[in-house]
Amino acid sequence: MKRTLVLTTALGLLAGPALADINLLSWGGAYGNSHLEAYAKPFEAESGIKVVMADADNPATPIKAMVEAGNVSADVASVEYADAVRLCDEGLLETIDPAILAPAADGTPAAEDFIAGAITECFVGTDVYSMILAYDDSKFADAKPATPADFFDLAKFPGKRTMRKGAKFNLEFALMADGVPAAEVYDVLGTPEGVDRAFAKLDTIKNDVIWWEAGAQPPQLLADGEVTMAYAFNGRIFNAAQGEGKPFKIVWDGQIYEMEGWVVPKGAPNLADALKFITYSTSPAPQARAAEFISYGPPRTSAAALVGNIEGTDVPMGPNLPTTAENLTNALGSNLDFWVDHDAELNERFNSWLAG
Amino acid sequence: MANALDPHAAIVTTASGAGDGMLTTADGKPLARALARSQSRARRRAFLLVLPLLAFVVVTFVVPIGQMLQRSFYNDGFSANMPQLSAWFDQNPRGTEPDDAAWEALAGDLVASAEVRSIGVVGTRINYDVPGTRSLFTSTGRKVRGGIEPPYREALLEMDEDWGSARLWNAMREAATPITANFYLASLDRRRAEDGSIEQVPERQRVYVMLFMRTFWLSLLITGLTFILGFPVAHLLATLPMRKSNLLMILVLLPFWTSLLVRTTSWMVLLQQQGVINDILVWLGVIENGQRLQMIYNQTGTIIAMTHILLPFMILPLYSVMRTINPSYVRAARSLGATSWTAFRRIYFPQTLPGLGAGALLVFILAVGYYITPALVGGSSGQLISNLIAEHMTGTLNWSMAAALAALLLASVLILYWLYDRLVGIDNLKLG
Repeated sequence: MKRTLVLTTALGLLAGPALADINLLSWGGAYGNSHLEAYAKPFEAESGIKVVMADADNPATPIKAMVEAGNVSADVASVEYADAVRLCDEGLLETIDPAILAPAADGTPAAEDFIAGAITECFVGTDVYSMILAYDDSKFADAKPATPADFFDLAKFPGKRTMRKGAKFNLEFALMADGVPAAEVYDVLGTPEGVDRAFAKLDTIKNDVIWWEAGAQPPQLLADGEVTMAYAFNGRIFNAAQGEGKPFKIVWDGQIYEMEGWVVPKGAPNLADALKFITYSTSPAPQARAAEFISYGPPRTSAAALVGNIEGTDVPMGPNLPTTAENLTNALGSNLDFWVDHDAELNERFNSWLAG
Repeated sequence: MANALDPHAAIVTTASGAGDGMLTTADGKPLARALARSQSRARRRAFLLVLPLLAFVVVTFVVPIGQMLQRSFYNDGFSANMPQLSAWFDQNPRGTEPDDAAWEALAGDLVASAEVRSIGVVGTRINYDVPGTRSLFTSTGRKVRGGIEPPYREALLEMDEDWGSARLWNAMREAATPITANFYLASLDRRRAEDGSIEQVPERQRVYVMLFMRTFWLSLLITGLTFILGFPVAHLLATLPMRKSNLLMILVLLPFWTSLLVRTTSWMVLLQQQGVINDILVWLGVIENGQRLQMIYNQTGTIIAMTHILLPFMILPLYSVMRTINPSYVRAARSLGATSWTAFRRIYFPQTLPGLGAGALLVFILAVGYYITPALVGGSSGQLISNLIAEHMTGTLNWSMAAALAALLLASVLILYWLYDRLVGIDNLKLG
């Protein structure tokens, strides 16, 4: 009895790593599901390499912990762009050679097919998401909000708003609402006067804002009628509007987009297979397929055209993606260098402003 | 000392009385030593039994918490990756203008650090003290990766004139020793001025001291509220007939067994402006539709939800103590002429103190570290210090700062515990 126990335990320990060919660290929820359906399952079918998925609130945190402790169990992880750069600069990630990325169907090399900034030393973009203004259509009978300035116009569009608790996105959004063109936002925000100006604009609605912390809160607050407008991630609003038939509308004017993508933690146990997975999952077809599950746009130009209908419906996904041309007319690409430099300072000021 | 009834007395006297007449065991060994050996064997065996738990606690609790706390005062992100410049700072006292040797050391370290990709760590460390400098390090690192030609001062200043900033050099000097108090200073809204003295940060950056005060004040308030609400319930539980009190007990325990998140979100459903309570008030005509009460996403929300969630931690210890209080004491007081208030105040209440102490300590310590409930229902005015610790852990990834804040929180809780021990006595604590 005792011997069988010892044997099975030993076998179990041996079998554990052998079964898991690549360990993928993702975010869970609808987003994690898009990774599973569009990347992991077809990759398994094609290559025979098993993909084991695990979820984290923000995979950047476990990566830092794993690499610093010298006990890396993840091979590929999905992280935000800013975190990827930070982790990369701290030497916690493997570099990824852009040569492994698949070219587009017409032979365009990957480096030209990806949008600017989507490939860095340690990072390959998988999708673009954005912060957008969303409103409850049933709450505004006549005029509808159409610009960032309308978000701050309590007289014309009464009701509470919800914004993310934190300095990032809100300061840029406030400046755009105050009339700063998207292209100049970070120049203005780089000056002390610009920061003051952004906070002054936020002051005008401070008493009518409910601050959200988890991405699931804004659609809930809109649905409960607690707020009439939200500044939130486009995917969450899309899911509520599309999946649950809520009367939520998205204003793309003034969207701030950001990227997420793959990184490989330093010392990943199955590096070679991890790179195979990255090559596969960033090729145009799976990229387009992932966008059918969640309204985050593919960062490859050739993939954008391949995106079909929203999974399970015959409604085209295209107009709901941040990367679609008509949605990009007044859009701001989040500047991560700015935020990596200033997030501590501006968040302290934000928290102090919030509490005061 | 040794009296006649003490069974050991005989041995003690014999053993110490006769010089060569030491007691021996049957096989001739001295009794005292044999006894000690067999006892120590028993102790070892007993120790082996607790060893798994001890190892578990050490591995899962002491070591990680110790490592975490170490980060609050030890950060070698700069000193380990910039050895030459750190050595220069060592040799030259504060106030020395950076000379050619310093610039050469800086340039050499930057090149070496850029080669091994540790420049981000260096920049991150300095960015904690001088916001906006992280990209200075990383962009310079990218430029110098191929090497850099002397004169170094001019070369670096040409890449970015910020390299000449006195504040930057000052911050590098601070960071050159891995052991630093700067994270603790920052946790108290303080920083080092350029001359090395300690100054307050500008008013609009101050946030931590205020949050510490708020955390303690709210925790105290919540402890008080759980006492006021829980005391009568615990008394009822302890005095009602078994069948009724069992039913009541289930009502206390049911929410206790329910997930924290479920309870918090139920409060959101109840309290929000379009929620159940506001709906009822409007329906009853107490308030107009336009003046619905804001009871959540502010401090009120945090207080209500946390009081409810922590209530069982007050009721259960109180109940367990109250059940053991003999009702005849109060009856005796009453028969001796005490009013019911006097009997309660002088006889009953003092006997509940051990339970009250345990309950209050439990609720207070749990409240001080509460995180998820204030995050969800606290809005802006209901945030506690733990929310910022979480922000530093998962948002800014400044773990040293998170560790310093957590260490201060831990220290203040330990001080309160010590105070409690001095004032009330920890032996007077009764959990059941």
